[in-house]
Amino acid sequence: MIPTRETMVVIITFSLLALVPVIASITDVPFYLDLGRRMMILAIGALSLNLIMGYGGMISFGHAVFVGIGAYVVGICAEHEVVSGFIQWPLALLACGIFAVIFGAISLRTRGVYFIMITLALAQMMYFLGVSLDRYGGDDGLPLAEPSYFSGLIDLSEKTSLYYLVFVLLLLCLWICKRLINSRFGMVIQGARSNEARMQAIGFPVFRYQLTAFVIAGVMAGLAGILLANHTEFVNPDMMHWTRSGDLIIMVLLGGMGSLAGPIVGALVFILLEEALSGVTEYWQLIFGPFLILVVLFARGGLLGFLEKRQSPKKTSEGGDD
Amino acid sequence: MKKTFILGVSALALTLAAPQAMAAKAKEIKIGFVTTLSGGAGVIGKDMRNSVQIALDHLGNKMGGVPVKVLFEDDQVKPEVGKQKTEKLLYKDKVDIISGFIWSHVVLASRNSVVKAGKFLIISNAGTSKIAGRLCHKNIFSTSWQNDQVPMAMGEVLNKRGVKSLYIIAPNYAAGRDMVAGVERTFKGKILGKDLTKWPTQLDFSAELAKARASKADGVFIFYPGRATNAFMRQYAQAGLTKTPLYSVFSVDSLSLPKLQQAKLTNVLGTYSTQFWAPDLDTPVNKKFVADYRKKFGSYPSHYGAQSYDSIMLIDSAVRAAGGDLKKMDTMRAAFRKADYGSVRGKYVYGNNHFPIQDFYLRKVIADADGKWTTKIEQKVYTNHQDVYASKCKMKKTW
Amino acid sequence: MVDPHLLFEQLFNGVQYGILLFLLAAGLTLVFGIMDMMNLAHGSLYMLGAYIAATVSLVTDSFLLGIAVALPATLVVGIFLEVVILRKLYDRGHLDQVLATFGMILFFNELVRLIWGPAGIEVPLPSILNQSLTLFSIPLPLYRILVIGVGLAVAGFLYVLVVKTKVGMLIRAGASNREMVGALGIDIKKIFTLVFGLGAALAALAGAMAGPIFAATIGMGENILIQVLVVIVIGGIGSIRGAFVGSLLIGVIEIMGRSFLGDFFKLFLPDNAAETAAPAAASMLIYILMAGVLFFRPQGLFPARSG
Repeated sequence: MIPTRETMVVIITFSLLALVPVIASITDVPFYLDLGRRMMILAIGALSLNLIMGYGGMISFGHAVFVGIGAYVVGICAEHEVVSGFIQWPLALLACGIFAVIFGAISLRTRGVYFIMITLALAQMMYFLGVSLDRYGGDDGLPLAEPSYFSGLIDLSEKTSLYYLVFVLLLLCLWICKRLINSRFGMVIQGARSNEARMQAIGFPVFRYQLTAFVIAGVMAGLAGILLANHTEFVNPDMMHWTRSGDLIIMVLLGGMGSLAGPIVGALVFILLEEALSGVTEYWQLIFGPFLILVVLFARGGLLGFLEKRQSPKKTSEGGDD
Repeated sequence: MKKTFILGVSALALTLAAPQAMAAKAKEIKIGFVTTLSGGAGVIGKDMRNSVQIALDHLGNKMGGVPVKVLFEDDQVKPEVGKQKTEKLLYKDKVDIISGFIWSHVVLASRNSVVKAGKFLIISNAGTSKIAGRLCHKNIFSTSWQNDQVPMAMGEVLNKRGVKSLYIIAPNYAAGRDMVAGVERTFKGKILGKDLTKWPTQLDFSAELAKARASKADGVFIFYPGRATNAFMRQYAQAGLTKTPLYSVFSVDSLSLPKLQQAKLTNVLGTYSTQFWAPDLDTPVNKKFVADYRKKFGSYPSHYGAQSYDSIMLIDSAVRAAGGDLKKMDTMRAAFRKADYGSVRGKYVYGNNHFPIQDFYLRKVIADADGKWTTKIEQKVYTNHQDVYASKCKMKKTW
Repeated sequence: MVDPHLLFEQLFNGVQYGILLFLLAAGLTLVFGIMDMMNLAHGSLYMLGAYIAATVSLVTDSFLLGIAVALPATLVVGIFLEVVILRKLYDRGHLDQVLATFGMILFFNELVRLIWGPAGIEVPLPSILNQSLTLFSIPLPLYRILVIGVGLAVAGFLYVLVVKTKVGMLIRAGASNREMVGALGIDIKKIFTLVFGLGAALAALAGAMAGPIFAATIGMGENILIQVLVVIVIGGIGSIRGAFVGSLLIGVIEIMGRSFLGDFFKLFLPDNAAETAAPAAASMLIYILMAGVLFFRPQGLFPARSG
């Protein structure tokens, strides 16, 4: 069997990511570790958004709120000197799950643009809540004294081990997404995107399926938040701001919505370009902006769609549907 | 025979030792400077960068005989990006010292990286109470102030001027609340009302100004940095509050004044603000700094610039004390603590938390001889004032 | 209790703020509703209008001339964007439009910084407009009264244009059934270009009018864009009437929240808690309102089209 271009992209991307620590130590530029880690964490965030946006047609403009909640739970725990990761992490994921159930139940009443706006509204409320949380630093945020502590199992303050932990978790999330999408659950979600009434008529409780997808995506984004808190050793409400949700959407679209590897590629390219271009000129957005427009015009279905199209010219991209 | 042997050995020792002595002195000093260059806040970063340039000019691009290079990075006002840029400076460009930082949240996010890398962090602006208190560190120094010192000084001014009642308007974010807390701490009159506005998006102040006017307070105290200054001042004039005196902190400065003048907002002239520095502060170093800055860039520097100039000069004093050997951390730290350098504000000393213990002044907005709007020092409000967070810092003053 | 003078003044402020939102919302809801185009760059056109108007009025010392230049200049930019880029995206989903117009935001913000520098520019008001009119012993800034007047005029103009004219009829028809209008031998492309240009000019007008209040600054568009999106969603996408009502609603609620929420909270909360809670709640108010409206009326208050 010849692997598809997408599989090739996944293999190449992950091989490169696996080698980053080696490259960093050979070239003596440990900074690559930090850059790579941030890319992978955002990739998890984008991956989770793609689950509902790319496959389920639920365009959330407030997805970063779950990244923020995940991060805040870690930060607040640390502030109260609960440093054990065995407590912090499940608590953070649980909190994200609960919030996702509430937010999902409210927003899934609406469709299309209205769904976009209501997710935005809910996330903005949490953002303003964060800003006014004086006890936890308000918008100045909360520095973590130390990363989550796993009783000697793994030391997250050590750069390389945190790097590989993020790496493994990204792989795990990718695997979960793949399983989900190819399952019956995934079929229903995708079916509901193209024709909700039909799925309803066949007898699937579409709302419940969509809510479940929303919660899974929320929890996965929460994981990204936990990792981000450990990576930056800092939490602040900016993580929940609508511009961050916008960044996640852009990453998914850039890489290619509705494909498994798309969001990962998107997140990597987004951060790499930001880093590279801002090194060249402080007016880097003057280049980055038109680059995004060109991607839309000439690479339908994002960068990955562009690759796939080259492979089989007949196949049209499914991207860009709400 | 024996003699020649000894000679030979000492010659050998010399040849061995000499390169080491040479190597101890760094070939080049790299300073990483994190600030905001993109977006609207880029105006602050530009002023800081210009001032660093003036400092380097004055030093002839050398510290203790060693060439200096300053690398600027843009934090985009995002803590995460600031942290990443700091890590880049530390682990890619391999800088020796980190400096800069406008924003509290950016410096809080980046602090741990610098501390863990075992480098010095010289903060040029961000005056967060956490770093002055609990999170103080032996390798972190500030050339600025604590947020609330400046409004505390303003509170004293109001008491002296016989202001009996006050209305407070400030943005609802950490620094905004610090400013409010500061003035409340020292002002003895009655506070008739207090509005905390949405930050940074709210630029319409009609509701707050109407309330301020209805309260009939003797004065209005505000804190609106950056682009909000101009929007606020303009609406203040339009709202018919021109007769109520305005007292501001961190709002009317060399960055906003040219714009306010452009808009012909003459109501700003004569208003008061407090600060540790002003362009006309009478020290020889400051005169030279301001004159050279104006010659090169055509405008007055701001306090952001003054603090950045000081950061570079402070670093220079430490590098010279260590004879250009940046590995002598203890020697450098001792030099930093002495603050024995030509600061634009004149001589000051460091408190146990490595924040300056310094004077604060009352400034009035005037038009200078050329008609350009600037601020002029009216009087000294505080002498050798220390921030209130120093007691929360566990470091002891041993110098 | 609440001073009736203050209440009246805040109502005036709310209406004025709402009208300013309406100038932006009208253009956005037209483009969004009629062309089904999610144009995030609407805020960039607003910014461009503000900068051009400010520059021209600084150079010529005439506020009116500033507006007179900003409107056609932004209209040209808008039409250029439509013809070169956006036209190709009508058949795509909203998300492609989001990505492309997000790219435009980045581009325009940097372009403005390159041309005008990072600090904003100030627009001096002619001294006639820099006064206030005293009504019931309340000073009402003359300029803000002018803003209200302009907003009402625009609302009237749009109403006539969309409801009473042939062009308006074609616009409405084109929105509900593109193929049909095309089949009638009418070039729908030209109509869309026209609508987009109109939206751009309205954005420029909003920017030019906002300049003397807020000053022209980088990123001014994104900040207000979210509020404007809230307005048109509450009003019902594509509905001018909805945009008008939504704008006033948001304007008044925003100002009233900022004015009286603190006092209101103090009725049942300790002073300290009220002082902390009020600003946060005031910031959330419009989002709570939107979530509430969408919960009960998922299509907004005045659904413009069905299906």
